[in-house]
Amino acid sequence: MRPGKMLREVLGSFFKKPVTTKYPAGKLDMADKYRGKLKFYPEKCIGCKLCMKDCPTNAITIVKVADKQFEAHIDLSRCIYCAQCVDSCPKKALEATNDIELAQLDKAKLKIVYK
Amino acid sequence: MLEFLFKVIVFPGIFFLSAFGLFVEYFDRKLYARLQNRIGPPWFQPVADLIKLLAKEDVIPREANRNMFMMAPVFALTSVITAFLYIPLWKQNSLFSFNGDILVVLYLLTIPTLAFFIGGWYSTSLYARIGSVRSLTQLFAYEVPLFMGILSSALLADSWSLKDITIFYAKHNWLWLVNLLGFAIALVSFLGKLEKAPFDIPEAETEVVAGCFTEYSGRLFALLRLTLDIEMVVGSALLAAVFFPFGLSLPPLLGFLLFIAKVLFIISLISLLRTILARLRIDQMISFCWKYMVPLALLQILVNLFLKGVIL
Amino acid sequence: MHNSDEFRIPIGPQHPALKEPESFSVALKGEKIMGVDIRLGYNHRGIEKAAEERTYVQDIYLIERVCGICSHAHSTCFIQAVEEIAKLAVPKRAQYIRTLIAELERIHSHLLWLGVAGHEIGFDTLLMYSWRDREVVMDILAILTGNRVNYGMNTIGGVRRDISPDQVQQILKAVDTLEERTKYYIEVATEETTIIKRLSGVGVVSYDDALRLDAVGPTARASGVRRDVRADDPYAAYGELDFNVITDDHCDVYGRTVVRVKELMESYKIIRQVLKKLPDGPISVRMPRIIPAGEALSRYEAPRGEDVHYVQANGTDKPARVKIRAPTLANVQVVKHMLKDRYLADMPIVIAAIDPCFSCTDRLIAIKEPDSESANIFTWPALHKYSIDWYKNKGIDFTQLNKKLEERLKP
Repeated sequence: MRPGKMLREVLGSFFKKPVTTKYPAGKLDMADKYRGKLKFYPEKCIGCKLCMKDCPTNAITIVKVADKQFEAHIDLSRCIYCAQCVDSCPKKALEATNDIELAQLDKAKLKIVYK
Repeated sequence: MLEFLFKVIVFPGIFFLSAFGLFVEYFDRKLYARLQNRIGPPWFQPVADLIKLLAKEDVIPREANRNMFMMAPVFALTSVITAFLYIPLWKQNSLFSFNGDILVVLYLLTIPTLAFFIGGWYSTSLYARIGSVRSLTQLFAYEVPLFMGILSSALLADSWSLKDITIFYAKHNWLWLVNLLGFAIALVSFLGKLEKAPFDIPEAETEVVAGCFTEYSGRLFALLRLTLDIEMVVGSALLAAVFFPFGLSLPPLLGFLLFIAKVLFIISLISLLRTILARLRIDQMISFCWKYMVPLALLQILVNLFLKGVIL
Repeated sequence: MHNSDEFRIPIGPQHPALKEPESFSVALKGEKIMGVDIRLGYNHRGIEKAAEERTYVQDIYLIERVCGICSHAHSTCFIQAVEEIAKLAVPKRAQYIRTLIAELERIHSHLLWLGVAGHEIGFDTLLMYSWRDREVVMDILAILTGNRVNYGMNTIGGVRRDISPDQVQQILKAVDTLEERTKYYIEVATEETTIIKRLSGVGVVSYDDALRLDAVGPTARASGVRRDVRADDPYAAYGELDFNVITDDHCDVYGRTVVRVKELMESYKIIRQVLKKLPDGPISVRMPRIIPAGEALSRYEAPRGEDVHYVQANGTDKPARVKIRAPTLANVQVVKHMLKDRYLADMPIVIAAIDPCFSCTDRLIAIKEPDSESANIFTWPALHKYSIDWYKNKGIDFTQLNKKLEERLKP
């Protein structure tokens, strides 16, 4: 039994670089395939609405604006970033980026429309 | 008269003491963080905390005894500031001195513990009552080794006045090395007085929400935190004066820097002990203090008595 | 309060010692605990009912969010039950990837527990160091699955993402780093005096009591009970892997610490085996949207103990009934037994030692009808009608609100 077993490790840390970072003053780098904000390619969408059927929170709505032209209305406050819609889409019209800094003070800005 | 007021209120009185206390809190927290491989708070963090707390509202529970609740932090703060006036800092003389002032300083340092007990008890909150009872129980454990450690050094110097103690040690160079065992005991007991780990039982955050301080908020809480910081400074200054009484006849600026270095060295030892040990239970703490610390303190006293009788 | 020196102190629902809300009402005499009253239910979110209103695909993500720390456990357990009803043959590579993520989750959960235990006994340094090392696992999980918690790796019929050989190398390097650090934590836990003093002799449950009170997981294994679903009833790829079931004889919180730290070492062994034996092949089969009628019960060894899911399907694309029994529900009965004749200072560490996760636990068990004569359990339509009538008697009418809700939920 030794009291102060962590002494050597603790003194060693005094000379090492700290592992915490000052955010947002410092940069934050996320992994490449991190699931963040969705990106929609309107030219590939065929309007099958499978993404809407599979979304757990009804965050995405596909709206027809013209013949063979669709818009996606995504509510960022409802999306849980599971990317099930990305998997369900048969034409790969949706993609998950790794943008996670999405906090807003104005709730209206959280509803995004992709044309 | 003006010079007296300047010395008491500005330097080295209330303002200097508060500023130094806030700096010592920053130093302690930054060292604690760096030892845990983190960055830690910036230098203005304790000042910012104090200003924020002074701006908040005091919430006093309805069933609490209003007068005692509000007077307890004031008692604590005034007694630690008064204790500072008797400690020789960087000269061989303190601001006021008389025969027996070392005991007065030690008793003045006990008043904050009693004041916290009173504040916690009259809060009538369950957590506060448990915390204040624990605070007094802890007092029974660390008080005896603390007194014995500090007074062992005074025994060798054959005087109860801090000024005479420092003059004695200045005459006999290197004799303070004999007291290092007493220093170790006094340092560990002092952790109990400051309520830092491993003896932070009265304030255990995960058991009783904040102990005696649970119901305090706003300006009263700011006074309490300032008291804790100043208590750390005063205690370290006392330990530095009693156990490291060297270099006291240097020119003023060098003496001042040496004093700051001594205090910061003691504070870093306290932070280091805080980092590497977990919190003990109250029964384990009492048995540790009475089983190990008191016999070692007795040993130090015997050594000092022997030296005094034989050599001097 | 009849006895003048005995009083009741509430630990919870909000308390710095507890990570989640639950109510322990402790009767104290000085520092000694005389009795504990436990009340749960503060985290009830109606997940079992919500699962009946959503399709199986949507349910994957709902069930995953039952708990943040053992999310893969709940998700895999649910999907295993559905796959058993639908009689899907999950490819081997998918089973191995599921096992890999399961063991990575076990590592992150045990390192989290080590930090929390350190915090409860006032040893914040251990918290900072173990959570710093946990970041290695979180980064690996973020690279593999795309998220640090709630991985979303499972889908009905397999997994969603594949592992590349580059990622395999990264995992092996991370496991080497973690193994070194874990050996250091084993040393600290077994040699540091203050930790041993705080954790020994606290929360004692003997072997017979552990069997009688139905403890599961590391709580039971620290009392010598050899219960581990991975060995007793192998699922995913565990049948083909070689590992030990760790038990310990100390029967107290110290024993639980030792069991969890040694399980970390076993997890590293399992991960290395999985990565060496990873078979080639597809990672999922096609998932049917409509699951035929049937029922299944599946078990899983979550980091906290045995997790049981029951799914009943009725031939549509929504489940008829989902029932989840989390491991903490079995362990929380043991807390009362552990706290008899102990001190108040032991309370946080004893509760933390069973690794409580009250988000997992708070499900509904049974609701009895209010007239005290009958012991009948409410059926869902009867409960529905009772609640509407209760509000009508107070003058609140829900019919308009119900119509609006149904409009909103239409696809």
